[in-house]
Amino acid sequence: MLSGMADFRIDEGDPAVLRPSGDWTLERFARLQPRLDGARAASRIGGIDLSGTGRMDSAGALLIARLLHRNGLGMDAVAGASEAQRALLAATLATLDQPVAHPRPPHWSDLFAHAGAATLELVAQGRRLLAFIGEVLTVLPGVLVRPRRWRPVSVAHHIEQTGLDAMPIVALLSFMVGAVITFLGAVVLRDFGAAVFAVELVAFSFLREFGVLLAAILLAGRTASAFTAQIGAMKAREEIDAIRTLGMDPIEILVLPRLLALLLVVPLLTFVAMAAGILGGLVICATSLEISPAMFLARFQDTFELRHFLVGIAKAPVFAVVIGLIGCLEGFKVEGSAESVGQRTTSSVVQSIFLVILLDAVFALVFQELGL
Amino acid sequence: MTAPGPDHAIEVRGLDSRFGSQVVHQGLDLEVRRGEILGVVGGSGSGKSVLMRSIVGLRRPDAGQVKVFGQDLAALSGPERRAVERRFGVLFQDGALFSSLTVGENVQVPLRELHPELDPLQLELLSDLKVVLAGLPEAAGDKFPSQLSGGMRKRAALARALALDPDILFLDEPTAGLDPIGAAAFDALLRTLRDALGLTVFLITHDLDTLYAICDRVAVIAERRVLVNAPLAEVERFDHPWVRDYFHGPRGRAARSAARPG
Ligand SMILES: Nc1ncnc2c1ncn2[C@@H]1O[C@H](COP(=O)(O)OP(=O)(O)OP(=O)(O)O)[C@@H](O)[C@H]1O
Ligand SMILES: [Mg+2]
Repeated sequence: MLSGMADFRIDEGDPAVLRPSGDWTLERFARLQPRLDGARAASRIGGIDLSGTGRMDSAGALLIARLLHRNGLGMDAVAGASEAQRALLAATLATLDQPVAHPRPPHWSDLFAHAGAATLELVAQGRRLLAFIGEVLTVLPGVLVRPRRWRPVSVAHHIEQTGLDAMPIVALLSFMVGAVITFLGAVVLRDFGAAVFAVELVAFSFLREFGVLLAAILLAGRTASAFTAQIGAMKAREEIDAIRTLGMDPIEILVLPRLLALLLVVPLLTFVAMAAGILGGLVICATSLEISPAMFLARFQDTFELRHFLVGIAKAPVFAVVIGLIGCLEGFKVEGSAESVGQRTTSSVVQSIFLVILLDAVFALVFQELGL
Repeated sequence: MTAPGPDHAIEVRGLDSRFGSQVVHQGLDLEVRRGEILGVVGGSGSGKSVLMRSIVGLRRPDAGQVKVFGQDLAALSGPERRAVERRFGVLFQDGALFSSLTVGENVQVPLRELHPELDPLQLELLSDLKVVLAGLPEAAGDKFPSQLSGGMRKRAALARALALDPDILFLDEPTAGLDPIGAAAFDALLRTLRDALGLTVFLITHDLDTLYAICDRVAVIAERRVLVNAPLAEVERFDHPWVRDYFHGPRGRAARSAARPG
């Protein structure tokens, strides 16, 4: 068996004959291909003599087959090949008769097309969200009037996953934010001799804004992404199609339980966030502002107004719907690939956080106008 | 063309596989000779896929030894092990194509990884060859796996398994989901590749026609072990209820008479 460096020689003559030598394998492909295709005599080859060739794999066979193809030669132009080499060459040569089409390589002007497509996509996105809301709303009444279709097990499962498991992190985060706000507020207010107003500051801000906002943003990151990944993985593996063909409604089975769970969980977590934030204020007041817990609570009770709490908690169901719908909708938009699951998950987190903050700002304006 | 070494490409001795309390294999022995096409048959859930995963090193045997080319994968260091693994081409039962890459890119993944010297044009030449060789229609190379039919996905997975011209090809039900003409073409392709590249093929199949058409020997897995591993004619005569039902049931008879007309 011959081996060693792969090389070739072209015997000039009429016709020219290619004599490959050494091992024609994938390891040598990168070096052989440009030399062979670029050889001056390569377009005048009339025969190939493989008697001096060592090992040949499909990469080597491809080189020789391309040469045959280019010169319009068939297998009968090949001499000195072993039985196995002939079989391989014939199979490789046959593949070359089938032209393989490739798409046009990207061009810089595609940039404009991309920008246009992205703009249209933004519009389509909004329409799809509205359509999805409509779809859910049409399914909802049918389910609500039939308690047997409420899927309590599924709802309970999602309550546990989205609510109970998120409770510690929501509480901890709110506690810390509450502490920071109180401290910063007190630093400023102390200059006016009004440090005790820090109590109102933290209570007011957490009841109206921060409690619900922190809970919603955390759930947008934690739960919207989870919904998208769960539903997206099912979509990619055709499980959603299976649900449809089994005569069931994916919205009823996958979306409604998640939405119901969130509708219960977000107000609950909002309440926890409010309490934890105010507790954070209380602790800071007691430890570094010389406002005792008793004083803090007395002041809190004096200044507490129910409307602040109601303004905060009323936003919770709205945010719940936003997070749940976007998480599920993005899941349904997944297409077949693992990468697509990642893209849609990112998009669902970004969209839900964006919408939560946007809606919160709108609410703030509306409530202000209403004088609440 | 055969490299020096033992004439068994794969040697399994006393393999035990367990999932919790479920025993899938117990004391399983199997050897695959170099350059042969071994058909592996057995009922659904009899542990064929698990056996394949054990041989290619994706599953650590609970007991026993698996040797490939005379080497025990479990005992090798990382780089040595990867060197052996590079000689494998594996087609998983459900394709396992990378869903975010096109078919052509799927084939190019191992080429890029192991042969960084190849330029894009050369990668394309090689991947086009494997894609067409695997029997995919033109233009399939630029599609994503989710855009292919089930049978085309099988072929795409085969193209990727062939990317590095492996020494051993592991195929888990490659013809399931192919139309009969496509399955027959697949059989012919496999035989050509075996003859041309000197491949050893470990072929799990439920397709009796494939068994009759191309397998040199057949291993039957039942009762947690390899019942018999012999040429087809011998396996057919083996006295065991499952084997009898398998080869002498209506489908077995049809496949046999098709393979040996007259
Ligand atoms: N990861 C796993 N965990 C638990 N059990 C498993 C696992 N993988 C396989 N099994 C079990 O091992 C047994 C053998 O499975 P295997 O996939 O090897 O079957 P098979 O022979 O390939 O069947 P088929 O012909 O249907 O593909 C089955 O009972 C299966 O439930
Ligand atoms: Mg299997």
